[in-house]
Amino acid sequence: MKRLSIEQLLGIDKFAVDGDEAHIVLDEAVCSRCSSKPCTFACPAGLYTLKVREIVFDYAGCLECGTCRVVCPKASVAMKWKYPRGGFGINFRYG
Amino acid sequence: MAEDKFHAIIVGAGPAGSTAAYLLAREGLDVLLIEKGSAPGSKNMFGGRMYSHALHRIIPNFWEEAPVERPVTREIITFLNGGKSVSLNCQDVSWAKPPYHSFTLLRAEFDAWLASKAEEAGAILATNVRVDAPLKEKGKVVGIRAGEDEMLADVVIAADGVNSILAQQSGLSKGFTAGQVATGAKEVIELPAETIRQRFQVEGEQGAVQLFVGDCTRGLRGAGFLYTNKNSVSLGLVIGTAALAQCRVKMSEAVEEFKENPHVTPLIEGGQVAEYSAHLVPEAGLGMQPQLFGDGILVVGDAAGFSLNLGYIVRGMDFAIESGAAAAKAVWKAKVRKDFSRQGLSPYHAFLKESFVMRDLEAYRSAQHFMENERLFNEYPRLITELVSKLFRVDGTPPVHVLAKVMSEVKQQQVSMFQLARDSWKGAKSL
Repeated sequence: MKRLSIEQLLGIDKFAVDGDEAHIVLDEAVCSRCSSKPCTFACPAGLYTLKVREIVFDYAGCLECGTCRVVCPKASVAMKWKYPRGGFGINFRYG
Repeated sequence: MAEDKFHAIIVGAGPAGSTAAYLLAREGLDVLLIEKGSAPGSKNMFGGRMYSHALHRIIPNFWEEAPVERPVTREIITFLNGGKSVSLNCQDVSWAKPPYHSFTLLRAEFDAWLASKAEEAGAILATNVRVDAPLKEKGKVVGIRAGEDEMLADVVIAADGVNSILAQQSGLSKGFTAGQVATGAKEVIELPAETIRQRFQVEGEQGAVQLFVGDCTRGLRGAGFLYTNKNSVSLGLVIGTAALAQCRVKMSEAVEEFKENPHVTPLIEGGQVAEYSAHLVPEAGLGMQPQLFGDGILVVGDAAGFSLNLGYIVRGMDFAIESGAAAAKAVWKAKVRKDFSRQGLSPYHAFLKESFVMRDLEAYRSAQHFMENERLFNEYPRLITELVSKLFRVDGTPPVHVLAKVMSEVKQQQVSMFQLARDSWKGAKSL
């Protein structure tokens, strides 16, 4: 079996992306001062990527597991974490 | 009831929430079951297997109507070490007969079915609703807030999963640390039923479960898993979230690498990936348990940290269902006494203690600590695979008796006999 990239894996999933509201919002100032940035590898959907020193985050492919919130050393100030609004987000067909 | 007030609002239509809703609605209570997804189950995933006992007591012979995949008759534990592996393979065909020991299943379909049972019993199901916070009056939970809407109830049951917003916002839970949870990621890989039957040596509709320990988690605390469904297998990894964060392992890459493992590839060859999913698993049991009840609120299922990982047995759904049932009993009792205060809801704890939920969590209290031992995921899988491979080797070199082979291999893996004996003793006592 050919190895699938995270983009390909997420491409198989069904999402109802909320175009009006991001359910996870980062405080760039706090994130840029973070030295370990564990979100950039712990997120199973690979949504936190590093560009130069800034974190680029895309909420659209979120699997809503909560790993980022628990690994973030400054979660209480660095991120506003909620589930997507009702009906939006990941839609598991198997689960 | 007053026109605008429910007896119970249950947040989360997973197994814990739907069980509580089903039992309370059946007793004639006005129940609102709220689900944030577009359908119950659409946000839920797990490895793949439910032990039947808990649901069978509530809905006898549930398998006759529930969308289950396969009754599990084969259990395999495989130790991995590069090109070497050693498996323990157990089969019990009596598990393919009522009261079926356990079933593999897929949550989107199964959870939707269980929620439909609650609806049939009279509960009102509201989907597409995200509950934002508990509604409080003089410190007592009196309902929930969802966006602009406020809904009132005598009691709120927080069945909103491991990340329980309700338990945290009502002050019952202080949250948890990365060391207390694991991150699981899985792929559902479609394969023809006949292929599954042949590859896992099961008859007809029977299923197999295979757990993998060793280099598949790169020596990190965790395991690989494979559950056979009717026309697919659920394959994935669970790794301690703290370990994952420290070791800079990317979960999706680790899963893809796992699929390339020489002991896994032949099992899934030719399959098509149908879904990729991830979830947090509560691993700390009693160590991460929130206060289970407060004024006007109860916490059930994953939200209460009710799950158990013994390495060879992984349980969550049976705990969720049983805790949902205990919560329903407590609410019923509180209603009779017309007391939904913390005191009035306190029988919940006694019901949990009478049930297997607290009994098992307490009995395996030390298991989590034992499972933190890194030798379980490094030295020991290497030791057993190297040793057994030597046992089977014939190459013309002078004979070495089993005891000497064991001694030399233990030395080679730099494990002291004392340490091995101590770990074995601890494992045998705590698992």
